[in-house]
Amino acid sequence: MNTANGAVGTARPRIEGKAKVTGAARYAADVPMPDLLAGSVVLSTVSRGRIRGVDVSAVRDMPGVVGVIDHTNAPRLNPKAGGFFGPDGQLRLLQDAVVPFAGWPVALVVAETPEQARAAADALPVTYDEEPHDTAFTADHPAGRPALTIFDEPVDVGDVEAGLAASAVVVQERYRTPEEHCSAMEPHSATVWWEGERLEAIDSNQGPFTIAATLAALFSLSLDRVRVRTEQVGGGFGSKGLCGPQLILAAMAALRFRRPVRVTLTRAQVFLATAMRPATDQLIRIGADADGRLRAIWHEPAFEISPLAEYIEGCTELTKTLYAAPAIRTNLTAVPLDILPPGSMRGPGAVPGSFALESAMDELAERLDLDPLELRLRNEPPVGPVSGLPFSSRNLVACLREGARRFGWDTRDRRPRLRRDGALLIGTGLAATSFSVGAFPSSASMTAEPDGTFTVAIGATDLGTGARTALTAIAADALAVGIDLIRLKISDSALGPAWPAGGSRGTTSWAWAIAEAAAKLREQDRRGTVTVDTGQSLGDLPSLERHAYSAVFAEVGVDPATGEVRVRRLLGMFAVGRVVNPLTARSQVVGGMIGGLSMALHEEGVRDPVSGRHVNADFAGYHIASHADVPDIEADFVPDYEPGIPLGIKGAGEIGNVGTAAAIANAVWHATGVRQRSLPIRLDRVLEA
Amino acid sequence: MKEFAYRRATDLRDALIAGSTGARYLGGGTNLVDLMKSGVEAPDRLVDVRWLPLAGIRETPDGGLLIGATTTNSDLAAHPGVRRRYPALSQAVLAGASGQLRNMATVGGNLLQRTRCGYFADPSYACNKRLPGSGCPAIAGQHHNHAVLGWSPHCAATHPSDMAVALVAFDAIVRYETLDGGGEIPLEEFYPPVGDTPQRETALPPGALITAVVLPGSAVSPRSRYRKVRERASYAFATVSVAVGLDGDGGSARIALGGVASRPWRARTAESSLLAGPPTADGFRAAADAELSAARPLPGNGYKVTLARNLIVAVLEEVHA
Repeated sequence: MNTANGAVGTARPRIEGKAKVTGAARYAADVPMPDLLAGSVVLSTVSRGRIRGVDVSAVRDMPGVVGVIDHTNAPRLNPKAGGFFGPDGQLRLLQDAVVPFAGWPVALVVAETPEQARAAADALPVTYDEEPHDTAFTADHPAGRPALTIFDEPVDVGDVEAGLAASAVVVQERYRTPEEHCSAMEPHSATVWWEGERLEAIDSNQGPFTIAATLAALFSLSLDRVRVRTEQVGGGFGSKGLCGPQLILAAMAALRFRRPVRVTLTRAQVFLATAMRPATDQLIRIGADADGRLRAIWHEPAFEISPLAEYIEGCTELTKTLYAAPAIRTNLTAVPLDILPPGSMRGPGAVPGSFALESAMDELAERLDLDPLELRLRNEPPVGPVSGLPFSSRNLVACLREGARRFGWDTRDRRPRLRRDGALLIGTGLAATSFSVGAFPSSASMTAEPDGTFTVAIGATDLGTGARTALTAIAADALAVGIDLIRLKISDSALGPAWPAGGSRGTTSWAWAIAEAAAKLREQDRRGTVTVDTGQSLGDLPSLERHAYSAVFAEVGVDPATGEVRVRRLLGMFAVGRVVNPLTARSQVVGGMIGGLSMALHEEGVRDPVSGRHVNADFAGYHIASHADVPDIEADFVPDYEPGIPLGIKGAGEIGNVGTAAAIANAVWHATGVRQRSLPIRLDRVLEA
Repeated sequence: MKEFAYRRATDLRDALIAGSTGARYLGGGTNLVDLMKSGVEAPDRLVDVRWLPLAGIRETPDGGLLIGATTTNSDLAAHPGVRRRYPALSQAVLAGASGQLRNMATVGGNLLQRTRCGYFADPSYACNKRLPGSGCPAIAGQHHNHAVLGWSPHCAATHPSDMAVALVAFDAIVRYETLDGGGEIPLEEFYPPVGDTPQRETALPPGALITAVVLPGSAVSPRSRYRKVRERASYAFATVSVAVGLDGDGGSARIALGGVASRPWRARTAESSLLAGPPTADGFRAAADAELSAARPLPGNGYKVTLARNLIVAVLEEVHA
């Protein structure tokens, strides 16, 4: 313990918890605003083509309509604007007549009230010249090409072919995952207005500073002329990491009509026009000796992409670090299609990648007639199997052993289809996972106030995970004062550069900046104001294999006559570094495990094969787990500490989602004797004649 | 959402006058209002019939039940007479929707709910139910949850009600009123064949208001069971469901299927087959196969035939046990 009073590590309810459960908490669309106009978005209903015409005259005289913005009159946007992956075509809304996918915004109707805007948007005639589209993803699609190599680049260590040839047992299988949608409970909403020469926005997003920077670039404004704030955010899961269509269109309307404009997406528009996880098709070959020691892993995922925007679904990150194998080869293929640009969804890459890797490991254990837990223990690597770098801290074995103990794994008979409960077949399965850890540069400032309190300002945002509560504890410990003396200011781009809530790097990045600021303030006897930027100190962090780990155990009941799969037990043990707030951290990993359960059994974006369009763009058609699908979940943490990162934090945002789908699929095999290599495990895939 | 006029009917005649001049009847609104929000339905006027004195369940002289049309789904499921004498009906209602929806939804409205076909629900797609003659994208498209029995090239949508499946097994009769007088239609004939008129969903005369559902005493079946298979444990429509009831002496069975056709599907072929032999597992399988020999699955929903067969056999075994 390197802190005086130990706020970090103490379970505390969310600071804003009471406001949320009483309805007092404000979200982006709740902010009162005088003279407000409402914008309603019109999305294309064809998968590819050109807009022939937008008949504005049909709606111009409808009640309350102020105007329509389309590609013929929209403000020009800077084509160089983009984000992490470079210039991003999906930001360039209403710039030309081209329709690149179904769900592409083609107009914004602006009116005095949201109802009037919606009515006119529904009535707006838009005609298209359709062109042939291709939305059918396959791994061997002729348009497939190597993915970008900014991260999860291809590797080839050792001799994979020789390793497989020399193996006593080889698993060679394909695993498939469908399009999945973030679709957070709070729909995307933005309110934009001009304050003198400055564009002000309240938006629902994962990082106001990076969003403000993108917005400034798009509209060719200097950064000091754009300010983006967030309120409470009702979930993001990746879909609020981008500068979203609601914000760009509201900014266009505010520019054009010189009044505040609010654009809130409908539920269907959230599905059709904000980020989704791409479908994947992954070929894996794993070879091992008869005693279960791996000789080679060859993992070749393909995923879909849009030509508008680069993206990497890093499915092979785990493959490069989880197990000791003398030969490892990976390469990612991106298949461009006429689809909504895929993006990061909670546990990007690792979630589909671990489904493939951990299913294949289970198949390997089956063919070796070896306990799947023992197979993992036998392949624990001393150093990064690809990088050769030491691990900063690796507590996967602790997660596996403690999880196995609590789950009662040691009495498990590994043969399939032996256990019944009435008509149900019962089975258990496990998966091991990792998720990379790190931090990105952020700035923070701290001021000692005359009343003895400390104002801590950082451009963080709280997606509902408890970031406010966690950062307050971190600041209190870093200053060695009580939490009641901390006044935290977040959610504002004007607070300076900060990494967004994403990549499991929000808390680590922000904690780093807060810790540095506190150290500096303590150097000056906790007086005055300090501002820090962690760019320098982050660069000094030694290069190591840095990961969070988990082991997930599942028990399922399967009715072979109906194909219904229900999860009866779910247990996750996590090594996520020092746990800042055990209460909210547990909530976060439990939520992730429910997401994993949902992925295993329910979630699937379904397209009409003729038009290429979605047919289940709502919560009636796109199933997520209901309460009745979720059993009691046990989730806990093993002792863990990340050296080099202030407070020993790793980050718990993504890893909760990773692994659960494979654990459930492996349990379904143990119950039925039949492998499920495509998600979701729908009943028609399980049903026996 | 299009603007509309709303008012509460003061009495039955008042409601019928409104209904005969184009107003739509509003019950709990749990389906109609959703469809109005999405633009699938766009009535000019709603007349709320939920406050008419049509709620309540009473016993009839033949030992059956008369269920008022505005009885809520919750009250129907909880009624002691329903639970004791028609348990499959109570089970079917409780297998549907959520507690909140069942508190609002009415028995009459439940019978008139529209299909949950994704193409029907999205006005940007063609649909012969919404726009007759525009085509049915489901047949060449996504039809994983569509019909395997009784569909036509014009529409392959299924009826979503759980309640109606149990009711049709119990020979329920729909009672209605019009300005010209009342009438009755057996539920089995209430939903016409799809044919080339999928937009015509019931046999009710124009402007008719359902006032009650009658369960004949002859159909009393304490040994009955409803089982619903769905893609998640709650809040999903049936992939396939089955209601099975045995007559008092267990000699004959009543069977109805949900999720397989444009209407709750009374499995009379299976019922006849069961009369031919003793109640054995082989006999159950033969009965299920006989019923499903008429199935014509689409390329993407053949699993429903296997599922329906397995389900009929499993539930027959359960009620005979």
